[in-house]
Amino acid sequence: MTSNRALALSSVLSMALLASPSIADVHPITNEELADEQVFIYRVGDEFASIDPQLAEDVQGGEFIRDLFEGLMNQDADGNLVPGVATHFEASADNTVYTFQLRDNAKWSDGKPVTAHDFEYSWKRLADPNTASPYSWFAKEMGLKNVKAVMAGDMDPSELGVKALDDHTLEVRLENSMGHFPLMTTSEPTFPSPKWAIDAHGSDWTKPGNIVSNGAYVLTEHVPQEKSVRERNPLYWNDQNTILERVEALVISDDNGALTRYLAGELDRTEVPTGQYNALSKKHPDDAVSFPRLCAYYYFINMTENTHPALLDPRVREALYLAIDREVITNAILQGGEFPAYTFTPEATANFVGPDTPARSMTQAERDARATALLAEAGYTGEEIELDLLYNTSEAHKKIAIIVSQMWKQKLGVGTVLQNMEWKTFLEARSNQEFDIGRAGWCGPYNLASSFLDLMSSTHAYNDAGYANPEVDALLEKAKTSPDPSASFTRIEEILATDFPIIPIYHYAGVYMMNDDLRNWPVGNVEQKWYSRELYFAAD
Amino acid sequence: MTEFIIRRLLSAIPTLLILIVFSFLLMHSAPGGPFSSDRPLPPEVLANIEAKYHLDDPLALQIWNYVWGVVTQFDFGPSFQYKDRTVNEIIAQGFPVTLTYGSIAFVVAVVFGCALGITAALNQNSWLDYFAVGISIGAQVLPNFVMAPILVLIFTLWLGWLPGGGWNGGQWPYLIMPVIALSTSFMASIARIMRSSLLEVMHSNFIRTARAKGLPARAILFRHALKPAMLPVISYLGPTFVIMITGSVVIDLYFTTGGIGQAFVNSALNRDYSVMMGITILIGCLTILFNLVVDILYAWIDPKIKL
Repeated sequence: MTSNRALALSSVLSMALLASPSIADVHPITNEELADEQVFIYRVGDEFASIDPQLAEDVQGGEFIRDLFEGLMNQDADGNLVPGVATHFEASADNTVYTFQLRDNAKWSDGKPVTAHDFEYSWKRLADPNTASPYSWFAKEMGLKNVKAVMAGDMDPSELGVKALDDHTLEVRLENSMGHFPLMTTSEPTFPSPKWAIDAHGSDWTKPGNIVSNGAYVLTEHVPQEKSVRERNPLYWNDQNTILERVEALVISDDNGALTRYLAGELDRTEVPTGQYNALSKKHPDDAVSFPRLCAYYYFINMTENTHPALLDPRVREALYLAIDREVITNAILQGGEFPAYTFTPEATANFVGPDTPARSMTQAERDARATALLAEAGYTGEEIELDLLYNTSEAHKKIAIIVSQMWKQKLGVGTVLQNMEWKTFLEARSNQEFDIGRAGWCGPYNLASSFLDLMSSTHAYNDAGYANPEVDALLEKAKTSPDPSASFTRIEEILATDFPIIPIYHYAGVYMMNDDLRNWPVGNVEQKWYSRELYFAAD
Repeated sequence: MTEFIIRRLLSAIPTLLILIVFSFLLMHSAPGGPFSSDRPLPPEVLANIEAKYHLDDPLALQIWNYVWGVVTQFDFGPSFQYKDRTVNEIIAQGFPVTLTYGSIAFVVAVVFGCALGITAALNQNSWLDYFAVGISIGAQVLPNFVMAPILVLIFTLWLGWLPGGGWNGGQWPYLIMPVIALSTSFMASIARIMRSSLLEVMHSNFIRTARAKGLPARAILFRHALKPAMLPVISYLGPTFVIMITGSVVIDLYFTTGGIGQAFVNSALNRDYSVMMGITILIGCLTILFNLVVDILYAWIDPKIKL
C-alpha cells in the first residue's frame, strides 16, 4: 500500500503548508493577492432535483453536494485521490476489504463530530429499498457485500458490507475484488447523511434551516427555479484554507440568455452556446476556456430484429461509421474544441490506450472510398437503404443529424428520415427499439475506461441496441477484478472497431466563459468534480 | 344574482372533476414516466420507487386517491421530480411571482391598450389613428420571445440600467422588463378590439341621436359610447387575465423569475404528474372564476343582459 502511504504523507505535508497563519489578503500557498470580494456566481441550466446525497442524480445536485458534504476521499485538480473525511485507507491483499481511517476533527454544521457510523448509515440508506433512491444502482456498482439481496428487499440493510468498527474506522467488504473502489468514494451517493436531521424533518431535511451538512459550505438560501446560495461553514475542519465566502447558483435555462448575463457582468461562469466559442475567444481571450471532458457523443445502431436488415451486416455499419467526416462536425458546427471520436472511450480517460485501428490513420477521402467499397461488398446500393435516425430535441443534435444524413446521402446514397422527439418520448422509443439509428451521449461516472465500455455489455441497462458479443462480456468481467485492465479495454475497443455497434462522433469539451480573476478551476479534472473551497478570486 | 353565482359555482364542480380525470388520463398516456431516465433504472429500483409514489396502483384507484386527497386535505401530493418539495409548496412559491408581474402587466396592457384603441377610433383615418394602429401592430408582431432578448440587449448589455434576470423578491428593477415583455402583445390586441368596437358603437343610431341632441363629444364618449364598446374587450380580458397571472413560460425562462409558467412546462417535460395536475387544477379554477367575473361585469354594464 505504498500509494496510500504516499497519499497520507502528501496530505500531512500539504496540511503543514496550509497551517501557516494566513494573512488576510494573500493566498496561503501561492501568495497571490486576493480580491476583496470572494463571491462566486455561476449559472446552472436546470434546478437541482435533490441535494440529498443518496437521492440526487443530476449534475447540478452533485455540484452542490460536493460543497455541502464531504465524502471519504476527494479529487484534486487532476482527478487524483486526496483525503477527505478519511485520512487514509488500507486494502486487503485481494482488494475485497477496505478499511478507512477517519479524521477526528471533522464536524457537522451543527457541531456534532462526523463518525464512521454516519457513513455506515448513509450507505445502508442508499441501498435500502425503502429509501427508493433512483441512484441506488450505484450501491450495486460499488459491489458492496450482500447489496443485491438488500436492494431486492430479501435481506435486511444491516447485512450490507459496511461497518463502523469504531467512531473513526470504517470497514467495507466487497463481493469481488475491486482495485478502483476508493475512487468511488468521491462520488456523491457515498457521502454521509445526518440521521438525526433526517429523522427530525423527513424529506424536508435538505431545506435551508433544516439541513445539517459536513462540507466546506452550508446551504443558506434556496429559491426554487431562481437561485441557491451556499455560504462558508466555519465548522468545516479545513475552513482556514477556504477562501470563497459565498457561492450563488442562478438557474438560467437558456444558453444565450445566460451568456448575455455573463457579458453584463452578472455571472462569473457560464457555458458557451454551441458554435460561439471561436467568436467569443477572439473577443474575450481571457474568459473563454475549453478543455477535454469525459463524455462521448455517439450514434448507436439497432441490432435487434426491429432494425433495417442492412444494419445487421457489419460492413454496412462500418460504411456508415467511415462516411462521417468528424472534423466538419467539430470544426464547423460545434467549434468549441471538441475532439473527433473514433473510439467510444475518450482519449483523456486515465490509463486508456486507444487501439491502432485503420480508420484513425486514414484521410477522410480514404475513409469515404473504403465506405463505398464496403457497401458494394455487402451487396447494397445506397438507394435501397433508408434509415430512421432518432434524436431528442436540441438545436445541436438537429444540426449534427442533418449534416450526418447529408454525408451519408452524398457519399453512400443512403437515405435517412430524421425523427426528432421530446426527451421522455425519445427514451420510450429508444427502449422499445423504434429506431434504426439513435443518438446518445454518455459521461463516464468515474475516470476509467470501464465507465464507458460497460455500456457494451449485453446485459447493461443502457444497451437498448441489442449488441451482444460474448468476448466483450468476458473481457469486461475480467477487467473488473484485474489489477491492470487497460489491455482488456484496448482489446474491447478493437472489437468495437470490427463489430461497429456504435458510431462514435466526438468527445466533449468543457466550454465555458469564466471570469479571468477566478483561479484554480480544475480544467485538468476530466470528470469536472470541482470544489468551491479550492477556488478563489485574485485581485485585478 | 346571488342565485346565479351559486349555480355557477356548483356547476364548476363537475367541470373540474372532468378536467381532473381527463388531464390525468392524458398525462398518463404520454410516453415515458417521471422516473424514466437516460440511464434506465434496474427493475427492482423502479419497482421500489413506483411503490413509494403509488404509481403501481390501477389508474382508477390513483385518480380516486388523488381526488380524495385534494378534497379532504387539500393535498396535491409530493413532486416526483423535486424530492424535498410538495406541489403545494411549488405553487405557493411560483404563483405569487407570476401573480405579481402578471397583474402589473395586465394593468399596463389594459390602460395603454384602451388608450391607444380609443385614440385611434376617435381620430379614424388621421395620422393619430395610423400611429396608434402602427404601434399596436408592431407590438403584436413582436412576440415576447423576441421582445425579451431585445429588451435585455438594450437595457442590460448596452445601457446597463437593469439586471438581465432574476426576481429578488420582486424589486422593481427586476419587474420592468418582464412586465414590458409580457404586456405588449396583449396591449396590442386590446387596442385593436377597443378600436373596432368603439368605431362600431360611434356609428350606431343612439350615438347619432346623442350628437343631434347637441351633447358634447366628451359626454357622448364617457356616458354612452364607452360602456357598450367595452363589452368585447371585457370578454377578452377574462381569459387573458388568467393567462397572464398563471405565467408565461417565455418570461419565466428568459428572465428566470421562478414563476409558475416554467414550473408547468417543466412538469410536463419531466412527467412530474402531481405538479402538472396541481397547476392544471389551479388554472382551471381561475378560468372558471374569471369567466364568472366577466359574466357579472357584463350584466352590470349592459342592462339588457339578465343573469
